[in-house]
Amino acid sequence: MNELVPAFDFQRVFVTPWASDFQGNIWVVLMGFFAITACGLVGQYLVLRRMALVGDAISHSVLPGIVIAFLLLKSRSSGAMFVGALFAAVLTTVLIEFIQKKSRVKQDAAIGIVFTSLFALGVIMVSLFTSQIDLDLDCVLHGEIVNVPLEFPFVQIAGFKLGPASVVRMAVVSVITAVLLMVFYRQLLVSSFDPGLAGSLGVNASVVHYALMGWLSVVVVSCFDSVGAILVVAMLILPATTASMVTDRLPWALASVPLQALLSALGGFHLATWLNCAIAPAMVVASCGLFALAWVFGPVDGQLAKRRRRRANSLPETVLDPVSGKT
Amino acid sequence: MSPSFQETVSSLLARRLGGDAENRATSVFAFDQAGFVRGTFFLVLLLVMACVPTSAQAARVGDVVETGVVQQAIRFFTLRDPSVRYALLGAVLIGVSTGLLGSFIVVRRMAMAGDALSHAVLPGVALGFLWNMSKDPLAIFVGATLAGLLGTAFVSWITSTTRIKEDAALGMVLAGFFSIGLCLMSMIQGLPTGNKSGINSFIFGQAAAIGPTDLKLMAIVTVGAVLGVALFYRQLLVTSFDPGFARASGLPVRWVHHGLMLFLAFAVVIALQAVGVVLVSALLIIPAATAYLLTDRMHRMLAIAVAAGVAAGVAGSFVSFLAPALPTGPFIVLASASLFGVAFLFSPRQGLLLRWWHQRSRNARVACENTLKAIYHLSEAHGFKGEGALVRELAERRRSTLEEELVRIRSLVAAGWATLSDDRAVVYPTPGGWQRASEIVRNHRLWELYLTHAAQISPDHVHEDAEKIEHVLGEELVRELERRLQFATVDPHGKAIPAIGEIRGTAPSRGDTTIGFRRSGP
Repeated sequence: MNELVPAFDFQRVFVTPWASDFQGNIWVVLMGFFAITACGLVGQYLVLRRMALVGDAISHSVLPGIVIAFLLLKSRSSGAMFVGALFAAVLTTVLIEFIQKKSRVKQDAAIGIVFTSLFALGVIMVSLFTSQIDLDLDCVLHGEIVNVPLEFPFVQIAGFKLGPASVVRMAVVSVITAVLLMVFYRQLLVSSFDPGLAGSLGVNASVVHYALMGWLSVVVVSCFDSVGAILVVAMLILPATTASMVTDRLPWALASVPLQALLSALGGFHLATWLNCAIAPAMVVASCGLFALAWVFGPVDGQLAKRRRRRANSLPETVLDPVSGKT
Repeated sequence: MSPSFQETVSSLLARRLGGDAENRATSVFAFDQAGFVRGTFFLVLLLVMACVPTSAQAARVGDVVETGVVQQAIRFFTLRDPSVRYALLGAVLIGVSTGLLGSFIVVRRMAMAGDALSHAVLPGVALGFLWNMSKDPLAIFVGATLAGLLGTAFVSWITSTTRIKEDAALGMVLAGFFSIGLCLMSMIQGLPTGNKSGINSFIFGQAAAIGPTDLKLMAIVTVGAVLGVALFYRQLLVTSFDPGFARASGLPVRWVHHGLMLFLAFAVVIALQAVGVVLVSALLIIPAATAYLLTDRMHRMLAIAVAAGVAAGVAGSFVSFLAPALPTGPFIVLASASLFGVAFLFSPRQGLLLRWWHQRSRNARVACENTLKAIYHLSEAHGFKGEGALVRELAERRRSTLEEELVRIRSLVAAGWATLSDDRAVVYPTPGGWQRASEIVRNHRLWELYLTHAAQISPDHVHEDAEKIEHVLGEELVRELERRLQFATVDPHGKAIPAIGEIRGTAPSRGDTTIGFRRSGP
């Protein structure tokens, strides 16, 4: 067991990574930060709309889309990946609805059938064409965020070195996500909480739905090779559920996402340094840790707060007389 | 329209409650005892076959080197190698257990709970491996089952103590447990000691790696699942389809649920080696959904799901035998997905193609009947003089071109309801065609009369409705309408309703047919 869990050494876990290889590690943490931010922001709306499992399905089924795009276009450019993934995501949504409408198979089973089949197809293609597509099963599973700093050359704009391509891409996607959510805040809000009202206000709920699915696939793809297909699900759902323990207001919940992302990315990075384990899953474990904290201590839906409230509500020791107003 | 599962079962339950038709209800619930015994015997036979010690055992299917797919296939299906027997028997056992339990998951709409459970077992696999630093099937079995159950417990704990909805809770637990598992796996990979080989095959599956201990566990779980389902079949059925009734009749609904989840965890864990953590949920869902498309009866659904699961498992282990480097799980999933696709398209009642075909032929029949009706109307306008109808007049009446009308008439001729004169000017309905035309007109007018008479709808509003219903009214319903309308002869628009005698052509005069018609009115 001692081999498995190394003794905790503050110097080794918290100081050495930054002192020895700041340049390398900062990109890993930033990648995690931007990935969790983008996913968490989109995920808020998935959870609100009770579509968490559709997010799960899409994050799995983009895999064959990416692989086919690689094989057809022979390039690992972002454009090809986005197109492939978008196509796969649309196919997933359409297939799920098709099976549901044209047979008596219910939605949950339809989701389960579609995404497992597409994912299986993707895994087979990855293992058949590993040499040609620069992806392997480990990458599909938990991503290779460690490789982020190794991407050379860095993206340059006007002679200024910005950083590794995937980090820059992820940052751009996160910023666009935030901007889109701000611009379309009203439409998203009203169509998530009250589709009927949305219709009467002139917001087309199904356009919002498909736009959200499309953007979800873009976000999933841009962090795919760093965090893999399955961990994305956690990054989509966990920030939203953690926030719902802490606040009742959607703006605050959205604002808490970058903070949670920072804590998870940093916490996960140090956890991985301590335990010598894969970094991306460790970031998700850190997110789970945040959720556990919020579950216990969250002021709105946390267990302690609830218990306190229950105690306050149950039989106060002095009973107010409703007539006289005295105790 | 076939009644849905729920309707069938709840109507039977209602009858049971009422106390009558006890026998019919029990016949639905009764487990096919003979089939069960036969199945168990078959299983035991296979088990014995696999466990017979053989002198030369290839350690793994992958060790077998042979060229040519056909030779490989022969070698595979003659079961010469014990390792092939292991893989095949493993696939059969997995198909049986996941098919049985998956069916209940699908009808209970808990498919995603199965998915969450199957991802949540990963940390347990890693911990089981750490138990004595080797791929000990028993330790992994225990660890994975505990982790899976802990995952399900977490889901219900989160949903019951917070306002988080079930889908989000499932997603959290699924990905959270899975990431913990991945962390542990990568830590194990980093260890300097221990036999780490094979641990990764749990993620995407490797049927070729199934060993004798795995097989024993599989056999125990499968026999347990079969016995459990056989013994508690009624309880499972009732709690799945009508939880309210089950609770009211004093069944322990929660315990049945917990028991099912326990066996589900077992089934998932034994399937890990062959299918892998990521895709094992597919094996629970897809064969059961395939069976759901093919039958309305639960016991048949169980049997079909088992068969589909076994077929997919065998196909997957065959691929694993041919290409040992490839993961097995995805092939098993694709095999079962193709079975689902076939059922989706060709299922006798639910299939897309057949339903499309039925709809097409129904539309064609309605089109023919409308043409016949037009011929009748034309003939009626001429006071039923002459035998045929002029195609030109028919086209004018229906406001269509001569060509369109001829196309319609040709399909009428093809159906044997009319003949066309050589110069294509006159269409003559055959006796059968004339009978059908009269029936349609009679249905139409009777229905119009019924609507104005019984439902008090004004006569100028009834035509549209009658246009639709005239094609679907059955013989018995028409009799009933006639009786209620006291065998009226004139419709609300003042036209005569063709009487049964005229239609049949046997033509006894109105008023003295055998089923007692009486002319009503003056």
